[in-house]
Amino acid sequence: MSFLKKLKEKFSASAETEEVSDKYKSGLEKTRESFSTKLNDLVARYRKVDEEFFEDLEEILISADVGVNTVMDLVEELEMEAKRQNIKDARDLKEVISEKLVEIYTGGEDTFKTQAPLNIQPDDLSVFLFVGVNGVGKTTSIGKLAYQLKQEGKKVVLVAGDTFRAGAIEQLSAWGERVGVDVIKHGEGSDPAAVIYDGIQAAKSRKADVLLCDTAGRLQNKVNLMNELSKVKRVIEREIPNAPHDVLLVLDATTGQNALSQAKTFSEATDVSGIVLTKLDGTAKGGIVLAIRKQLDIPVKFVGLGEKMTDLEAFDPNAFVYGLFADMLTDDEM
Amino acid sequence: MAFEGLADRLQSTVKKMTGKGKVSEQDVKEMTREVRLALLEADVNFKVVKDFVKRIKERAVGAEVMDSLTPGQQVIKIVKEELTDLMGGEQSKIAVSERPPTVIMMVGLQGAGKTTTSGKLANHLRKKHNRKPLLVAADVYRPAAIDQLQTVGKQLDIPVFSKGTEANPVDIANEAILHAKEEHLDYVIIDTAGRLHVDEHLMDELGQIKNNLTPDEIFLVVDAMTGQDAVNVAESFDDQLDLSGVVLTKLDGDTRGGAALSIKAVTQKPIKFAGMGEKLDELEAFHPERMASRILGMGDVLSLIEKAQDNVDETKAKELEQKMRSATFTFDDFLEQMEQVKSMGPMEDLLGMIPGANKMKGLKNVQFDDKQIVHVEAIVKSMTKAERQDPSLMNASRKKRIAKGSGRPVSEVNRLLKQFEEMKKMMKQMSGTQGGKKGKRKKGMNLPFM
Repeated sequence: MSFLKKLKEKFSASAETEEVSDKYKSGLEKTRESFSTKLNDLVARYRKVDEEFFEDLEEILISADVGVNTVMDLVEELEMEAKRQNIKDARDLKEVISEKLVEIYTGGEDTFKTQAPLNIQPDDLSVFLFVGVNGVGKTTSIGKLAYQLKQEGKKVVLVAGDTFRAGAIEQLSAWGERVGVDVIKHGEGSDPAAVIYDGIQAAKSRKADVLLCDTAGRLQNKVNLMNELSKVKRVIEREIPNAPHDVLLVLDATTGQNALSQAKTFSEATDVSGIVLTKLDGTAKGGIVLAIRKQLDIPVKFVGLGEKMTDLEAFDPNAFVYGLFADMLTDDEM
Repeated sequence: MAFEGLADRLQSTVKKMTGKGKVSEQDVKEMTREVRLALLEADVNFKVVKDFVKRIKERAVGAEVMDSLTPGQQVIKIVKEELTDLMGGEQSKIAVSERPPTVIMMVGLQGAGKTTTSGKLANHLRKKHNRKPLLVAADVYRPAAIDQLQTVGKQLDIPVFSKGTEANPVDIANEAILHAKEEHLDYVIIDTAGRLHVDEHLMDELGQIKNNLTPDEIFLVVDAMTGQDAVNVAESFDDQLDLSGVVLTKLDGDTRGGAALSIKAVTQKPIKFAGMGEKLDELEAFHPERMASRILGMGDVLSLIEKAQDNVDETKAKELEQKMRSATFTFDDFLEQMEQVKSMGPMEDLLGMIPGANKMKGLKNVQFDDKQIVHVEAIVKSMTKAERQDPSLMNASRKKRIAKGSGRPVSEVNRLLKQFEEMKKMMKQMSGTQGGKKGKRKKGMNLPFM
């Protein structure tokens, strides 16, 4: 059975995922359109698989921010594969292309095993720390996640660790009000580690299930600010063993190759355990998550697909790939 | 610093060409391949890269290189020219309306830095152009966006006009302009909500604001870390609004800055300003040619000089020079000199502007911790007046006291003293040879905090 068919069958087999897949489909519409239409165009234009075909393929992948190195490797592999299987017709190669792309993310494992849920502690306080550069959507993601967890019946507390940016505390407070959860805060300019410490104490005494910690955005090349972040993490570790249970790096899907540098440096400072990919409802493709997964082995846990409170979804690699290739599935033989 | 990665790669590629007495087609092919990869890695849009590489190839194998006496140099010149061209040729100025107030509209994606940039721009207009700006809070969607602008306004002591989150952005902007007229404010900067370029409803709203106000400038605020999509975003905003310029933000990160190179090429709209830090005075006018020099490792002496002119007191500098020549330079003078250098900005940025500094042995990969300057300062300030005037007073117990006072180890105090003596010696030599005919200024001064 062909790879895409398999993917589709697996997908439609589980009815509950249908709703999610619809959301992905509409959220990723722009992404999908440009990506798979381009791929389909390419296949239609070149009947034969030759050097020019691969050059154009290279460009399509690069335009999705997949990254030069990853693309070069991928195209090289594809060229070999085409030779090995003696594929001459471009249409036959389409299948192999999507297969290889998924493989980059999954590392060859079954895609269904690569979902990475939040590391929630069933009977204890779970602490999640949000980090990232300026303007990626940390505070908004926290608001959305708080809503989601509250819907699941969990008691959530937020702590306003961004004491630097003007209006950041007010922004988190507004989210707290909107969602209906408590927000622990100090004044602007206070020590973030101290606020987080208070947040932990408050969450403990209020018997909360989940504590979401906001931090100020910082560019990863500012050594002092990164040290400050490590300190915040140490404070959490000291107060609760094994915490933070997840350190989530928030990445803007429109970011290019710099996302790799962000992932690397933030990991060094705080042991990032997952990624929240935001603003995926634009035309950006977030192709860089492939490279991040491949080179640093950090999974994507959530994606932001819109501005509404409900527009945060658990990342599902299958749905992501399905979203990317949905066009190709319908107008093909299936 | 931004562009560093790109700079490194381009420099090593271009360096291979430097000494070449003959440039073969093969040489050009190899170089353009490397240039292509370097640009793609830096997130320059692939279409832009294609054109860029094509142009360099055409010119490099053409007569202007082949007939030149130094073909290698000529190729580098071509790359620099094309790079400058890519970023927008000459620096462009900010508009002034004949009938004030001049209206500036700030637009862009979420999180690009519109609000911070609005504040920085207002500050820039007041400080550098002596204008009276008004900030307008027209982002009624994002929670606390208005609070943010108000806080920024308070920090800068610049008025902020807002009507809460219930009002319509078009009305807010209209009333703000009336308000500015009444108050005789000459610039109105409108901070709009971030939006995706594919959100038709919100893009229409921007169109309405534009039609209602006919702003003199519409600036697209773009995150310098944006990937290939930067071009799509800029094109959409430009189609809808006919932008007048671009402001790049977060250029103080380690991004390779490809977005900066692509946007001008695709939209033909100039980059007018660049955000270089989190503080509200860290906005700089964008000079394409200087930036191209920096990327190719040729330094940016002009910006360095301007920075010095902005921050260094000339009479004091003259006094200092006099002291250096007569070798009566004391720790007090040294402290003063350090203050001045410090006011020019972080060490790392300053070094980036010195030609060849990034290739200097020992300077590469050094993390410039501006804290070191603070340490040196602490040591000097822990000395008594007499000690500062005459370092020869120093003995073991004095050193111990200074170390205690400054919270630094004695070894560091010793090092500073030694370096200070060396510096003085060097100054003597310098002033000694300066008058002579063959006298050449010794390059590089060994400042203790560098």
